[in-house]
Amino acid sequence: MQWETVIGLEVHTQLTTQSKIFSGASTAFGAEPNTQACQVDIALPGVLPVLNKGAVERAIRFGLAIGARLNRINVFDRKNYFYPDLPKGYQISQFTLPIVEGGALTIQVGDEEKTVRITRAHLEEDAGKSLHEDFHGLTGIDLNRAGTPLLEIVSEPDMRSAKEAVAYAKALHTLVTWIGTCDGNLQEGSFRCDANVSVRRPGGPLGTRREIKNLNSFRFLEQAIDYEIRWQIGEIEDGRAIQQATVLFDPDSGETRMMRTKEDAHDYRYFPDPDLLPVKLEEDWIERVRASLPELPQARQTRYRTEFGLSAYDAATLTSSRTLSDYFETVTAALPKADAKLAANWVMGELSAALNRAEIDIATSPIGANRLARLLGRLQDGTLSGKLAKQVFEAMWTEGGEPDAIIEAQGLKQMSDSGEVERIIDTVLAANQKSVEEFRAGKDKAFNALVGQVMKATKGKANPAQVNDLLRAKLAG
Amino acid sequence: MQTIKSIATLLAEGKISSVELCQDYLARIAAHNPNLNAFVTVDAERTLAEARAADARRAAGQANLLTGVPIAHKDIFCAEGWLTTCGSKMLANFVSPYDAHVISQFKAAGMPTLGKTNMDEFAMGSSTETSYYGPTKNPWDVARVPGGSSGGSAAAVAARIAPAATGTDTGGSIRQPAALCGITGLKPTYGVVSRYGMIAFASSLDQGGPMATTAEDCALLLNVMAGFDARDSTSLERNQEDYARDLNKPLTGLRIGLPKEFFGAGLTGDTATAVQAAIEQFSKLGATTVEVSLPNSGLSVAAYYVIAPAEASSNLSRFDGVRYGYRTPDYADLTDMYEKSRAEGFGAEVKRRIMIGTYVLSHGYYDAYYLQAQKLRRLIANDFAQAYQQCDVILGPTAPTTAFKLGEKADDPVEMYLSDIYTIAVNLAGLPGMSLPCGFDRQGLPIGLQLIGDYFAEVRMLNVAHQYQLVTDWHQRTPGGF
Repeated sequence: MQWETVIGLEVHTQLTTQSKIFSGASTAFGAEPNTQACQVDIALPGVLPVLNKGAVERAIRFGLAIGARLNRINVFDRKNYFYPDLPKGYQISQFTLPIVEGGALTIQVGDEEKTVRITRAHLEEDAGKSLHEDFHGLTGIDLNRAGTPLLEIVSEPDMRSAKEAVAYAKALHTLVTWIGTCDGNLQEGSFRCDANVSVRRPGGPLGTRREIKNLNSFRFLEQAIDYEIRWQIGEIEDGRAIQQATVLFDPDSGETRMMRTKEDAHDYRYFPDPDLLPVKLEEDWIERVRASLPELPQARQTRYRTEFGLSAYDAATLTSSRTLSDYFETVTAALPKADAKLAANWVMGELSAALNRAEIDIATSPIGANRLARLLGRLQDGTLSGKLAKQVFEAMWTEGGEPDAIIEAQGLKQMSDSGEVERIIDTVLAANQKSVEEFRAGKDKAFNALVGQVMKATKGKANPAQVNDLLRAKLAG
Repeated sequence: MQTIKSIATLLAEGKISSVELCQDYLARIAAHNPNLNAFVTVDAERTLAEARAADARRAAGQANLLTGVPIAHKDIFCAEGWLTTCGSKMLANFVSPYDAHVISQFKAAGMPTLGKTNMDEFAMGSSTETSYYGPTKNPWDVARVPGGSSGGSAAAVAARIAPAATGTDTGGSIRQPAALCGITGLKPTYGVVSRYGMIAFASSLDQGGPMATTAEDCALLLNVMAGFDARDSTSLERNQEDYARDLNKPLTGLRIGLPKEFFGAGLTGDTATAVQAAIEQFSKLGATTVEVSLPNSGLSVAAYYVIAPAEASSNLSRFDGVRYGYRTPDYADLTDMYEKSRAEGFGAEVKRRIMIGTYVLSHGYYDAYYLQAQKLRRLIANDFAQAYQQCDVILGPTAPTTAFKLGEKADDPVEMYLSDIYTIAVNLAGLPGMSLPCGFDRQGLPIGLQLIGDYFAEVRMLNVAHQYQLVTDWHQRTPGGF
């Protein structure tokens, strides 16, 4: 029987502000427990929240980047529940009137492009952390994270497979790091996904969903959803109904397990926070933010295809991060002769391979974009063959240095003097009479053998095209 | 009578030092507080250290008008190094590590803290009987309540064991005890005094204000308390003003609005007579009266008892036994710890309001209660706006009765809630209001007159009150034995 999967994601992105959303305490990661929690964060009696405008600015930025509606007046609500790492007994969030509504994100799944609609994105504060180990049966509370600004981005249930969900999560990750609203650090919890998953008969009514909480890697996201889909289908096919529930993914077993059902869901008793005024977004503020937005990944992809003639795949790959895309653009712009395709091939080929092997990010690449462009310039002016260029690249990667200096030092310059090449060809022809005869008898393979001999004799420094031309002329003569 | 104005003059003329003053008041507190229970915390060492600093400041020629004048603070204001209990067992061990904005303003002015005054638990009450630390007694009759929730501050000022005090007013908690104790108290426009460090009861209604013997003193104290504070998002960014600047303006041409709803069937006996006499007094001072209407004011108590408990139920969630305050000594698990800590740490009235608030915010009830109450709030504010088309200030009684007996209403919450029937609408609208003494009933208990101003009309209100006090002496009378 056929089943269709329906997936929607809620992604908590930590915003890149220096201080917390409602206090002046630092948001830096990794400090000693409770050293970055001020009297507002620990909710002493009498303290009050003050909204960090930087968090609002980042939400505006995100809203503009996805073409969303920005609510000119948006409101902070209190979400009431008790938990030891929630100091006030309520979380300040946005419920009825979020700052961002609507908008969409285009994702690439294989060769297909797909649009995922965004329902809303709202500002809220993070909770602290409960530490259950090392306290001999007690629970430790670290409130450093309490009050860290989050933008929770909620998608429509537009995804139909784990692959699509991952593609969406990656596209979102690219976008938020691209526009600088989130540092995208998955290990530190700056980008956390909750996946709402249900299955149904194709075209039928939506099934009951279960929410997988707190997935902090793309791999776990895919594994968790795939497991959940199989589990739900199994249940239904065995005649059991799905209960609405919140589940956790265990990476060790590869399974999801129940955290709570709808029955024990909280009544959060949302109401507008009387300590905070409604947030008003002035038009000139929005326009200033709009003016400061960089060219977005989607726009660049289109430009790479139309202006540079790159394939959809190449355009998508090159815009998978802003540092990669900026690097590519710098190389392209610095080439003596415009050739974006050449730049693309090298950035996605040699450079990416070397970066992957060394497990380093392009931002810290030992070969800068301008230096790579100077290398490619030597390829363009015929100084280097493709093979020699790769050799120079290797030397630049391992030893550093300018391409020209390496070419000089290692004598890798391609022979451009046709007289010298001709002399070598004469020697080769004299020593390989058998091949010459075979060629003249109509064997094309013999020609390639001769080219090979010439290249060998020049230690690869001859220009293969030039060798071709000269050799053909000699043999014809 | 020692007003802070007169004390300031004595200090300025070098006739008395702040240390001598504080010693004098501390002695009076020691003598009378066991009887009144107006103060919950007195720390003579701390007070005298502040007094010495004030004297040194004066000697260095850096004194302000009120430097060296002591003041008592309602125990709802966090004050660094002081127990700050909010009248609750929940905070019986809470020593604040920081100063509320209001406290730092008074410190900056060089005014020593005389002590922390008793109050209804978390400011929930109209009689100071819900305090964990026992009820405060009314100096005019110690068998009676001082009103509440700022009952400790009101009783202390009335008994002249403090020259002035701070209070907070969420539904009448400055004005009603001021009326019942025969003193002058002012609740400013919402947003004029920072709420930072003032333990929240109902955030959209709470407002701190001064309590003293005269309107002039209230003006001088408001000059210290008021002002923008970036740490309170509801604090209003306005130019600093001198609230005493128009005290001496004549009242000729003043239009006083008399809401017919305040003079209806509920207002009887001596209170009605005293308020009527005050109106005649104002006519003699050149004011005219006009009848106005506040048609929705009758709904204010109902709206208030939805909004205030709703906000309180959330505001008081932080008292969970986890980080500070009371934690039950014996518990099985987290839920047990929460339940017992809160069950044991909060008193009956606080629990009642947390339950009401939790109920009205619950899924399925929110629209019917909370949203509806917020709509009423707008209607009530509109009524006042209409009224101010015809008048400059509104006048009426502060409370429906004079001080009632301890325990008289303690078992009837609704009867208790009606103590604030004339004051609550002012908080819902965010307007400034004040209470000043206007007579005594036949039992010798003070009667309060309420003035309600338009937004930011504190200066006008204080002017009206001061002119009245220049021609009356109700505010100068002191209870026997103090």
